Amino acid sequence: MEHLYTKNDQEKKQLKTSPDKIRFLLNYSKSLHITKTGEMTFEGHLN
Amino acid sequence: MELQIKDSQLVRQYINGDERAIEMLIHRHNARLTGFIYSKVGDRELTEDIFQDTFMKVIRTLKRGAYNEEGKFLPWVMRIAHNLIIDHFRKNNRMPMYDGMESNHVFSLMGDEQLNAEKQLIKEQIDHDLARMIKQLPEDQQEVLQMRLYKDMSFKEISNNTGVSINTALGRMRYALINLRKLVEANSIVLTN
Repeated sequence: MEHLYTKNDQEKKQLKTSPDKIRFLLNYSKSLHITKTGEMTFEGHLN
Repeated sequence: MELQIKDSQLVRQYINGDERAIEMLIHRHNARLTGFIYSKVGDRELTEDIFQDTFMKVIRTLKRGAYNEEGKFLPWVMRIAHNLIIDHFRKNNRMPMYDGMESNHVFSLMGDEQLNAEKQLIKEQIDHDLARMIKQLPEDQQEVLQMRLYKDMSFKEISNNTGVSINTALGRMRYALINLRKLVEANSIVLTN
């Protein structure tokens, strides 16, 4: 339905976030470590 | 026929530790989400920053085991992006910054008729979609909503016109708004200009 809001939707669909940003996200995901202790959740990053 | 793993399955795989699953999800929705963000902010660099922040939030939520919208992955991601866009505009108060550079020509700060025309077009489309969604509500809720929003009637006037108590009219209005919100979410519609 969102295509109704814009006329140049096709043009926008061709835009993509750069491989660099995606690489960053994948590295972020791999390094993010979640530890749950009781009701507490801790976040940490592994190098 | 091309077989595609469902988003919900990829989400499950990712939660179970398969890092390739998040890569597939990011690539699958890259163009759609980037286009969505760009349509709101109109700046390439900012779009990529918001895209990145959106998926960082997605990754953290999934890894913390706090995701509970199985089957509705993309609308959920779009909602996160939408909230981050709103945060951005709130932070910047929608004010154009003038930093004294020559590149900031005075005409760039003046109104742009073309943009107003586009905004008008979007507003008309939103009004149209809203009217269509209102028609999907139960009749009693439609009636109260239309009287309140389009005829600007007070709840006392609505009560007199419909023959129900003010409390009932208020209740119908409340449920109309709750149901409308559900319809907006179900259709992944963003009612902002």
